[in-house]
Amino acid sequence: MEDEQCRVEALKCKECDTRYPLEARFVCDHCFGPLEVEYDFSDLDPAETRRKIQAGPQSIWRYSDFLPFERQPQTALAAGMTPLIRADRLAERLGLREVWIKNDAANPTHSFKDRVVTVALAKARELGYEVVACASTGNLANAVAAHAAAAGLESYVFIPSDLEEQKVLATGVYGTHLVAVNGSYDDVNRLCTELSSERDWAFVNVNVRPYYSEGSKTLGYEIAEQLGWQLPDRVVVPIASGSLFTKIARGFEEWLEVGLIEGELPIMNGAQAEGCSPVARAFADDKPVCRPVRPDTIAKSLAIGDPADGPYALELARRSGGAVDAVSDDEIREAITLLAETTGVFTETAGGVTTAVLKRLAERGDIGPEERVVVVITGDGLKTLDAVRDSFETYEIEPRVSDFEAVVEGSQVAA
Amino acid sequence: MSITVKIPTQLRAVTSGEAETDVDEAATVGEVLDGLYDRYDGLRERIAEDGGLRRFVNVYVQGEDIRFLDGLDTSVEDGDEVTILPAVAGG
Repeated sequence: MEDEQCRVEALKCKECDTRYPLEARFVCDHCFGPLEVEYDFSDLDPAETRRKIQAGPQSIWRYSDFLPFERQPQTALAAGMTPLIRADRLAERLGLREVWIKNDAANPTHSFKDRVVTVALAKARELGYEVVACASTGNLANAVAAHAAAAGLESYVFIPSDLEEQKVLATGVYGTHLVAVNGSYDDVNRLCTELSSERDWAFVNVNVRPYYSEGSKTLGYEIAEQLGWQLPDRVVVPIASGSLFTKIARGFEEWLEVGLIEGELPIMNGAQAEGCSPVARAFADDKPVCRPVRPDTIAKSLAIGDPADGPYALELARRSGGAVDAVSDDEIREAITLLAETTGVFTETAGGVTTAVLKRLAERGDIGPEERVVVVITGDGLKTLDAVRDSFETYEIEPRVSDFEAVVEGSQVAA
Repeated sequence: MSITVKIPTQLRAVTSGEAETDVDEAATVGEVLDGLYDRYDGLRERIAEDGGLRRFVNVYVQGEDIRFLDGLDTSVEDGDEVTILPAVAGG
């Protein structure tokens, strides 16, 4: 449609407002600040936009008006429209009134990364790239390999060599060039940033990052739409680079601006693991920027020691009245079990981090008695099976009723 | 002595397209950068601010982020490689 052609305006530096054309570019030449897609939503009518969304596909492309394309792209693998589940049993356990789980494990490669990758690859193709690549802590690796395979693009996926086996296997199967780097994620990221200067490839989270990160806004849109076009009072989100955290809020703010929803920005709570908590530490110390750390945590998908969007995540947590908390590996393991036992949702370690932070906030009395809280679960528990190994006992018996009665029921009576 | 400096795409407009250059006679990262500022007009404003680096600029010596070392006071030796990169990638 004609009116859509001018909605996506430019890339704009978040630091100094310099504008650039909509090409594969992620850094401001003048100040090295990050670039973000700038839109003009002034011609969007709220009622008409809402009808259009409701009549749209069951994927993130129902929100095309808010994504960086002139026309809705055709993509081979869909993403988004994952369940938002009311978690009354979890709320009761924590003494809260209303808790919802946004289960983004229910995506094609079982994490929220399908959202950002589907956007990045659509843009990469539009810009004429034939090879896509990424630096990944695992979930992104799965998504890039799968979406590239579906789109018929060649791909290079760079991961730290100590990644969970499940994530390695669930990447290699798609036929990517899988490169395991001896180093931390931050080393992998540095290597990819260097390579992006020398290779004519679309690195989804480097040179096309401004488009890629737009995909995360759709998590915010879905939460609002699935709550009946309302905002929650509070959202708990895991922080690795800080991109997801800030873009969910950006999604809410755009819809407030357009008038699709009313109210104010929810309180935004960031969640990190103690073993990699540069943002939580800077928040506690009242600092505007993060000091990098060397990660050591079971939450490998969040193990970014030098978070690119750290300053913006800090600013958002403070501005929205939220916080950034860090939890221990033991709290993460316990929270994975707590979520599974009360909601039927089995999450990877990152979801353990968010659930543990929800518990922390509840215990600290930060959450008001009337609050509606949404917890973002970003990935599937099958990706990090080691986190729950030996966390329960299995009865082992011979195939005899008497054995069952003695071993299983007998132990329950004894207990 | 000689230190090799790797220049990212975003700065090549001020280095006449050079992707790599050498700096002699520098004992610290700060002195390496000063050598570059003298050589290339417009470089300082792009990556430096208030006597330090801008917040979205990362500098590495032999692949190690200088914030884990001594920052701009990190010492450099003959043959070292200093890399300047944008910090906004990843995640």
